[in-house]
Amino acid sequence: MKKIITLLAITIITSAIIFIACNKNIIGRTANAPALNPQNLDLNAGTWKTVLLSRPDTFAVAAPAAVTSPAYIAELNEIKGYQKNLTDEQEQNIKYWSAGGVLRWNEIMRDLVAKYNLAAYQNPDGTYPIPNANNPFAYPLFPFANPPYAARAYAYISAAQYDALVACWYYKKLYNRSQPYVVDAGVVAKVPQTTLPSYPSEAAVLAGVTAEMMKLFFPDEIGNIQLKAQDQELSAIMSGAATRSDVVAGEALGRQIAQQFIARGKTDNAGKAVGTQTDWTALETTTIARGEIPWYSLDLPKRPPMLPLFGKVTPFLFDTATVTALRPGPPPATLGDQMKNETNEVYGYVKKPTREYFRIVHFWADGVGTYTPPGHWDAIAAEDFIKKNFSEVRWARNMALLNMSLMDACIVCWNTKYFYFNARPTQLNPAIKTLTGIPNFPSYISGHSTFSGAAAAILGYIIPERANDYYAMAQEASTSRMVGGIHYRSDCAVGLIVGKNVGNYAINRAKVDGADQ
Amino acid sequence: MRNFYKLSRAIIVSALLFVIHLTSSAQTDQDAIMMSKNNLCSGLMYGHSSWTNYWEGTFKRDNPNLGTVSTSMLSVMGNYGINRRLNIIFALPYVQTKATQGTLHGMKGIQDISAWIKWMPIEKDFKKGTVSLYVLGGTSIPTSNYVADFLPLSIGLHSKTLSGRIILDYQRGAFFATGSATYTYRSNVTIDRTSYYTTTLILSNQVQMPDVMGENFRIGYRSNYLIAEAVVSNMTTLSGFDIRKNDMPFLSNKMNATTAGINFKYTLKKLSALAITGGADYTVAGRNVGQSTNLNIGAFYVLDFTHKKKDKK
Repeated sequence: MKKIITLLAITIITSAIIFIACNKNIIGRTANAPALNPQNLDLNAGTWKTVLLSRPDTFAVAAPAAVTSPAYIAELNEIKGYQKNLTDEQEQNIKYWSAGGVLRWNEIMRDLVAKYNLAAYQNPDGTYPIPNANNPFAYPLFPFANPPYAARAYAYISAAQYDALVACWYYKKLYNRSQPYVVDAGVVAKVPQTTLPSYPSEAAVLAGVTAEMMKLFFPDEIGNIQLKAQDQELSAIMSGAATRSDVVAGEALGRQIAQQFIARGKTDNAGKAVGTQTDWTALETTTIARGEIPWYSLDLPKRPPMLPLFGKVTPFLFDTATVTALRPGPPPATLGDQMKNETNEVYGYVKKPTREYFRIVHFWADGVGTYTPPGHWDAIAAEDFIKKNFSEVRWARNMALLNMSLMDACIVCWNTKYFYFNARPTQLNPAIKTLTGIPNFPSYISGHSTFSGAAAAILGYIIPERANDYYAMAQEASTSRMVGGIHYRSDCAVGLIVGKNVGNYAINRAKVDGADQ
Repeated sequence: MRNFYKLSRAIIVSALLFVIHLTSSAQTDQDAIMMSKNNLCSGLMYGHSSWTNYWEGTFKRDNPNLGTVSTSMLSVMGNYGINRRLNIIFALPYVQTKATQGTLHGMKGIQDISAWIKWMPIEKDFKKGTVSLYVLGGTSIPTSNYVADFLPLSIGLHSKTLSGRIILDYQRGAFFATGSATYTYRSNVTIDRTSYYTTTLILSNQVQMPDVMGENFRIGYRSNYLIAEAVVSNMTTLSGFDIRKNDMPFLSNKMNATTAGINFKYTLKKLSALAITGGADYTVAGRNVGQSTNLNIGAFYVLDFTHKKKDKK
């Protein structure tokens, strides 16, 4: 019996050690991103070219009180009061937001896109309910954050953040109020000290503009977003980088600037992108009239095509006429030899897929329940930007350039997809089983390729030393769709070129926006 | 008495209910049977599991984009008696999956090798029967870099596991009752993506796998040549999250299942080293798993190494 007890004890102790040794908690790649500590404060960013604002001072920000005024001294006391008793959670919050508001809001947006990127479950009669912006909490929740929706949300929010920070920098330079930790030695700087003027607070500008924009894009999340905005502002105050009046002025400025973008968003044709049964039928009949096999949904029950009129949304980087000009020529004829060969090629890949095919297909799939391909490129960009020590306003500018490219790439891509309404490989050869889900829209041109071509182009401009890497990534993303059985070679090759052409518009803008001069 | 059953049975250690659910009659790691010293029982088992309905959280549905998802498995198994109180058990399955509808590609490959140490510390005869206690420790390790993040068609979850189990058995004449409880620790899994959504966005290619608790009860008839039993099993994933409506399943879902079924093992009277096993069960309740019907059949042969040595002399 003694032996048994000894053995049992050994077993239990060994198991306990194993359990303790195997801490399973996962720490996200950017969870411990360092605090922003920009090489260049970009003090002249108030002169950079804005996206929608006609002038950086379109919305007035009143002059702040003097740093010797009793009101300001009371604000310093507020900071000192917080700093005396900071909880671990508050310290964590300061650390979290110190990595940069543009980064953190971009991550929050990606989280929301992934959360809302689910297609509706069918009705009992085999039709599908459509999310309703006027009743966002009813199933299916509004929005369905599919790739076009996501591309547009990222672009609007990034562009609005950029314009808001340009205005913020304009007033920072104009009023030149010092940071609280500079004014009063009793205020501890919990973030790297800079000489960037503190009024209005860039953290609060970002909180205000983003919270306001989110009302349009994620109405179910207004409450959660408001809490995050408050967190960001309070963290700015507790860190010693901003006072209450810096924050109040910043938030008001951000919210006002957002209104210009919201007004644009309501009239950019996105609201009509779902189309009607008449539109869906017309796509089919027009294609048949051209002598081609039209696209059919491979979902069961058959689902209406995803946002067929998204190609008519107003782009950021060029006008609507340019969308048509950027649209490539037709895909190979559906009944022709080339299409037959390309279909066979795809079948060849999926017949005996290698582990490496699966790796790249799944790495780039960004399908249901993910932050979509635009979100993936944002993630790639954000992790590289962290290493570049950009100022907050430069972060915003670079994210805006990237996301406007991705949205406009999506517009041209969707315009092309529904202009040709081309069948997927699996429709032409049902033996083609795919290594990831088939998206519910036409094949030509590949969305992943178009997004990636555009992203690689603008990112290669922003971080030239990585240009070749971005191009290789774009190529892999594009290829992943072919070896995964989702796209033909033509879809991928042409998509990459069209994407790159869109990205060039962003590069041309970047060259003259004032940030690189 | 039990140690004289020359044949024993092996096992499929798979908590992969979405992927594969093949609780089987041949489950030496689940039953109260030991191999004799220097005896090796080895064999092959074929299993088939299929489901059309599944649970997204608590919502039960079918999916015309999958049709019926089926898993076939061929497993090599063995059970070796170090002595009559200490056995080693192993299994290595080849798994193949497919869906009858939709466009998703089926998967196939060698899955996880599993091994158990089974120890019987207590065996006590009472007037009317025998009570025995078994303590088991087990592990499973993926044998290849198969794709885990492609549920419901993945062949496995690609987690390394460590399990501890206690079995209590009571036999009276030819009738018996066995109960067991198992705790399984599951290591984190690396996937091909760099981010994924659970209840929040995770920016990592690592997936935190919740541990699993299982219980198994069986009752039946056990004699030298025939074993027939009814089995009820339950598996509970100790944390994890629900599949959202119309989302895809994910590795770290809360996968729970209760199954009920029957097993038999028949030992040939003319060739008592050979036994045939079979079983069937059905998932009566579940969460984030398929409502699977599982069937299996196997053949096992006992080699007595003690005997061979004697022959040589």
